[in-house]
Amino acid sequence: MDFNDTPEEAKFREEARTFLKKHLDAKGDKPLRQRVDGTEFMRRAKEWQKTKAENGYAQITWPKEIGGRGGTPMQQVIWNQEEGKFDAPTGPFTIGLGMCIPTVIAFGSDEHKKRYVGKALKGEEIWCQLFSEPSAGSDVAGLKTRAVKDGDEWVINGQKVWTSGAHYSDYGILLTRTDPSVPKHKGLTMFIVDMKQAGVEVRPIHQASGGREFNEVYFSDVRIPDSDRLGEVGAGWKVAIVTLMNERLAVGGSPGPDWGEIMTYAQQAGTMSDQAFREKLADWYVAAQGYKLTKFRTQTALSRGQTPGPENSIGKIITANHLQDICNSAIEMQDHYGIMTDSDRMPADAIFQQSFMWAPGLRIAGGTDEILKNIIAERVLGLPQDVRVDKDVPFDQMKSG
Amino acid sequence: MNFDFSEDQKFLANEARKFLEAQCPMTAVRLVLNDDDISHNQDVWKQIVEMGWLGTAIPEEHGGLGLGMLEVCVLAEEMGRVLAPVPWASTVYFFTEALKLAGSDQQQADILPKIVSGDVIGCYAASEGPGNADASNVKTSFDGSTLSGTKIPVTDGDVATHAVVLAKEGSGASLVLVDLTGDGVTRKTVQTLDPTRSHAEITFDKAAATRLGKAGEGDALNSQLMDRAAVLLAFEQLGGASRALEMAKDYALERYAFGRPIGGNQAIKHKLAEMYVKNEVARSNCFYGAWAVSTNAAELPEAAAAARIAACEAFWFASKENIQTHGGMGFTWEVDCHLFYRRAKLLAVQAGAPKVWKEKLVRALEQKNAA
Repeated sequence: MDFNDTPEEAKFREEARTFLKKHLDAKGDKPLRQRVDGTEFMRRAKEWQKTKAENGYAQITWPKEIGGRGGTPMQQVIWNQEEGKFDAPTGPFTIGLGMCIPTVIAFGSDEHKKRYVGKALKGEEIWCQLFSEPSAGSDVAGLKTRAVKDGDEWVINGQKVWTSGAHYSDYGILLTRTDPSVPKHKGLTMFIVDMKQAGVEVRPIHQASGGREFNEVYFSDVRIPDSDRLGEVGAGWKVAIVTLMNERLAVGGSPGPDWGEIMTYAQQAGTMSDQAFREKLADWYVAAQGYKLTKFRTQTALSRGQTPGPENSIGKIITANHLQDICNSAIEMQDHYGIMTDSDRMPADAIFQQSFMWAPGLRIAGGTDEILKNIIAERVLGLPQDVRVDKDVPFDQMKSG
Repeated sequence: MNFDFSEDQKFLANEARKFLEAQCPMTAVRLVLNDDDISHNQDVWKQIVEMGWLGTAIPEEHGGLGLGMLEVCVLAEEMGRVLAPVPWASTVYFFTEALKLAGSDQQQADILPKIVSGDVIGCYAASEGPGNADASNVKTSFDGSTLSGTKIPVTDGDVATHAVVLAKEGSGASLVLVDLTGDGVTRKTVQTLDPTRSHAEITFDKAAATRLGKAGEGDALNSQLMDRAAVLLAFEQLGGASRALEMAKDYALERYAFGRPIGGNQAIKHKLAEMYVKNEVARSNCFYGAWAVSTNAAELPEAAAAARIAACEAFWFASKENIQTHGGMGFTWEVDCHLFYRRAKLLAVQAGAPKVWKEKLVRALEQKNAA
């Protein structure tokens, strides 16, 4: 048992480091607060993505024929670890390359692959994922956005919500309802949609945290050629599952202050003697270690060429709640003063206050705590699915509220 | 990254599981539970001795298998799954480790081979009353050659042939080795929450004893010994917690209420998912403890503490919610749930309650953060 790379892994890590050092600054002391829609940030992000693609680091596990490296999942893990140590602007491409393009590769035509994959890989085009709707969150198959056939085209009307990056995306994969007269999973169809065309309106959501990082997207008589359909008519759910499988590999951590930050603050504030706090600190350390070390177990399986076990599914359930609890305690430790949010005045640049308002969203995004527990119960433990009263009911006869 | 047991170690785990499931079923545990005069399951113990498991981490020169602590971790988890009603933990995690940690060459040469052969059963005697049994809480005293005082409770104290005792010596504390079959030793069985493991009150009245290590090292040695034992106990707790989750899951699938398995209700599904999460957090922290104890890493104090805290929480949660999942059946003597609940509590207090380890962990983190 050790934490070392195999010789091949060490060699790849060294290559990756050398490449990264040549092109990027290491994460320095300055806080990374650039907004994702800043023009300068986007220019840098596209440039970095292009550099990666040209050197075979953009998608390490993809085959070389489509611009990948033909590498192993472990190499991708190593790359992510090393890239994470640098000031690398990667955000805008995560969803496209992690979820949308794999779906295009799995279900698109040869023309689609030729047209879209390379440009996405080089950062020339950005993609978003259009699944969630106001009345279709955890139960995403309950979505209502309609696609109606008109000759060789489909006409789209409806509303999507919580779409990350819709405002800077060029294309999206769009899940629609094409047949409301059959049960909900059976009447769905997936399309590629041009986000810059008339009839697509992107409106930022004013989040509870105060920021506007996500969007609503409205479709009004938007026309999509039938040739931009992904998968068969009515087979959209099957296509969406492929997309969501890729999402599950991506979610896990909840960025924000951890036990180390709150401990440093407590030491500075002179509150380390509080016995209740000490016990909580121990619990936070154990949870953070549990998350980190569980990832090590997953990486071990990858390194040994095995399929990782289901243990990775515990990630977000632990980390999002953990973050919320730490922020709550830090604010209460500051007492009345803790209610203020001015980063110039507040301890730790008000990071506890900021993350306090982010944490509720992290417990919901990418699968709510409740859905994730259902997934563990059903897929890991083999317990029965919930009762689904809508399972065999035509969608247009279903109750909704 | 190589953060898992090896194929050989997994093979050992698999063999141990097959053996223990066949030879140590719950009926073997209940034999000890239901009879106050039976201190441990002698048949199971005899077979464990014959297989050489007691010498897993004892060097070959002393008759052991000469394997490492990782192999002991693997066996500990399997022992935990079946609630093995034998003095395994006392002999292996505490007594053997104390001898390896602080015993002289002579003491090791005298005793270790007899552990392997089954002639010596060991125990560790620290507690004397409520509160954590560290050196500051001990009145039993050692005068250089004899030991006087009372230890209570001592796990496996009535079946053990030898004890390592934490005692005062002068102004400090020391670890001492005592032959419990000699003069000046009185033992009385005490009742506990977990009757599947025997416990004793042991009174020493000028009993002959020899020191392990140097005079005054007792506090430090006790602390190091607890770090090692905590990792091994954590694996045993992990085994118990994993088994409790399996029991709850199996019952949730077979028990019907309102026309379907109770495991289809989210209240049960989420409860069991939480068990799974706690068990995996414990498993990952246990692995880290295993790495630290097997490599004598500088991180052992915090690794051991984290493993122990996580494993105590996992087994506590799994054992109590396993009863809850079983409903009324879970509260009967005949259904095994309460045996796990009992064992979970024993293992959670045997080497310092979670509260003690949380404090120990935070002190270790403070030292690091100050450095």
